[in-house]
Amino acid sequence: MQARSRAALAAAGTWVTAAALAIDLLLIASLLVLVGWRGASAFWPRPLVALQLDDGSRWLGEVHEREEIPDLATGKRTGATRIRVRVANRDLGGADFVWLDEARIASRETPRDAMLLERLEWGPFFGTPVEVRVGDRVAASGPAAVAAALPDLQREKQALRERIHGIEKGPIGDLNYELEQIRLAGRRLELAPPPEPERGRREAELEQRKAALEARYREEGARLEALRGELAQGELVMATADGTRHAVPLGEIVRAASPNALGLGGRIALYAARIGEFVTGEPREANTEGGIFPALFGTVMMVFLMSIFVVPFGVLAAILLQEYARDGLAVRAARIAVNNLAGVPSIVFGVFGLGFFVYGVGGAIDRWFFADSLPTPTFGTGGILWASLTLALLTVPVVIVATEEGLAAVPQGVRQGSRALGATQLETLLRVVLPAAAPGLLTGLILAMARAAGEVAPLMIVGMVKLAPALPVDQHPPFLHLERKFMHLGFHIYDVGFQSPNVEAAVPLVFATTALLIAIVVTLNLTAILLRNRLRGRLAGRGF
Amino acid sequence: MSAELESRPAPPAHPAGDLVIEKPALRVDRLSVWYGESLALDGVSLDIPERRITAFIGPSGCGKSTLLRCLNRMNELIDGVRVEGTVRFSGLDVFDPSLDVNALRKRIGMVFQRSNPFPKSIYENVAYGPRIHGVRRRSELDEIVERALRGSALWEEVKDRLHDGALQLSGGQQQRLCIARALAVEPEVLLLDEPCSALDPGATAKIEELLLDLRDSYTIAIVTHNMQQAARVSDYTAFLYLGQLIEFGETSAIFVKPREQRTQDYITGRFG
Repeated sequence: MQARSRAALAAAGTWVTAAALAIDLLLIASLLVLVGWRGASAFWPRPLVALQLDDGSRWLGEVHEREEIPDLATGKRTGATRIRVRVANRDLGGADFVWLDEARIASRETPRDAMLLERLEWGPFFGTPVEVRVGDRVAASGPAAVAAALPDLQREKQALRERIHGIEKGPIGDLNYELEQIRLAGRRLELAPPPEPERGRREAELEQRKAALEARYREEGARLEALRGELAQGELVMATADGTRHAVPLGEIVRAASPNALGLGGRIALYAARIGEFVTGEPREANTEGGIFPALFGTVMMVFLMSIFVVPFGVLAAILLQEYARDGLAVRAARIAVNNLAGVPSIVFGVFGLGFFVYGVGGAIDRWFFADSLPTPTFGTGGILWASLTLALLTVPVVIVATEEGLAAVPQGVRQGSRALGATQLETLLRVVLPAAAPGLLTGLILAMARAAGEVAPLMIVGMVKLAPALPVDQHPPFLHLERKFMHLGFHIYDVGFQSPNVEAAVPLVFATTALLIAIVVTLNLTAILLRNRLRGRLAGRGF
Repeated sequence: MSAELESRPAPPAHPAGDLVIEKPALRVDRLSVWYGESLALDGVSLDIPERRITAFIGPSGCGKSTLLRCLNRMNELIDGVRVEGTVRFSGLDVFDPSLDVNALRKRIGMVFQRSNPFPKSIYENVAYGPRIHGVRRRSELDEIVERALRGSALWEEVKDRLHDGALQLSGGQQQRLCIARALAVEPEVLLLDEPCSALDPGATAKIEELLLDLRDSYTIAIVTHNMQQAARVSDYTAFLYLGQLIEFGETSAIFVKPREQRTQDYITGRFG
């Protein structure tokens, strides 16, 4: 009897552990499926439904949700349902979404000529196209004619927008950069004036260059104005569901589509175009529309910079602890400190980064090297360099521990074999031990990168921003602008989902951005894991 | 010093008897080694003959490995080790602090109890030593690698897969690779620390054969647990017990007619 119950208990042990693992896997899978599905479906074109209620009011929009109407007073089931409809047209109605009581819906149809416009401002517009006007002339009238004329017009406007963007980022950006350089040169002259004739000469020279640049600036500005005027020409008149006419400037339209008339191919094309814009485009409308490229770029660049900083520090420290230091009180204390560092709340690192890197080191750099731009700080404010360093500090324990484990796994006999051949300790370390410990080192880097890519709290105080005016890399020397502020997917998720003026409409973007963040972390990790496995394969014997 | 050591019987006054080594490669003189407080080697003196095989035998913990490791100063890698006495090697004082220990180890190579190939290719394992000591030319390295692998009787088995990982070799092959690795730096002396203790009889036989081949070109000192092995391969045998050299002489003499009772007891298996 006792033996049987013991055997049963032993079997239960297997089952309990297996169940725990199964639950873990299920949680991970449901997380990935939920985020992946909701993220991926955010861009899928939904049909535009025209609804008429029993009071005669008309609505046009995408049905997003359906639920039972709760009876708040009694808490009983009512059986009645309502739907949540995205009606867009924020500039007319104010709200993006409305709840409609299903019992009151008199008719429901999906008109083929219903059209959605994605605009630069005010979010999407749902309606029926009436006519295209250019100046006083009507270029196309009626839904079919408008749909036929729109693609060409849009391509034209798109080309104009690209030219304007090109001038803003290219010549105008260059001119601004040069003007700033001249301003700084003038400031340097003021701060350390050379003797008189020289000073006057240089000031005159600067003035002359400045005048020349300003003339060019006016030229480019005029070109820009002309292009903007051209872009502003033409408008698409739309009729809303209740028949109101509304004119949308053609230059404001990013994309126009009639989802109800689209076949599967058309839907897929629209879906792909939206995803393309999401990944490569810049955000607009307080981040709730457009793309997230700057955040994507900022995240990846920050993780790479962090890796560059954390690997040497972590590896050198691990080598000291494992290879050189005698195992004593000091080493044990150092290990305890390192392990505890890993448990410090990340915001504490942020505060340290602010105090030490930003105000301390950055302030000193500004005083020594960028005195001419003070009081505007250059490095004395949050930036991608300080953020990377802060995260490097945060993740260095992970790298140290993993590298130490990698080094400890190299057999002592291998070290002795090398020393017995007359190799010094350094030669042994560099030629035998470190290559053999490389997989452990990479494991540390993988963990560090995964942690860094997902960390948000400390970054909020050392240089991460809601909207960065420029990427940390551009065409002006020194090309890599480590002092610049940057955007980050983690913060973007929070900002879009909870800080934007239009939270409801932004929820799908929250999932899409999260899915992208997961994809980046997985990609970074997979790359490192593949690299590590190749290394392991080599060490295990497939040869060098 | 601990009570245990005080209770030891005094070592024989002349463990080597009237044996005279004519051409000693290494001369060990009153060598004592402490690990922390414990005495591992107690005033050992012996001459290791050139181009002969000398076996160190004795029960576990008798100091035979310690003695071997002192000969190329590998004992220094252990924390808290202290050495008294001298070892002379072709006119050099091995323990002279100003001596270039890495140059010494190039001349006195070592093979360990557990084979310890580097996690690299077979070729890179053998080329490692020469590279460390400054050989850069590929053709020269190729030549050295082939010579060393032939020297350790491994060439025929691995010549077609020199760039495969060394860890894929069998245990015996790995040990012969370690011998090749040691030979590649062209040492004068080869120290082997129980090289066969982890190998099966077949692999052991191959290594023993190899040692007999190497005997003409190298001075060899081998630590072994295996009495038959000592009898089969060595020319001279030193018996150590509790850190003391009890008896040293020609192998034939030691195994046939030991002068000391403790040697007799050990080789006949009464303790150990």
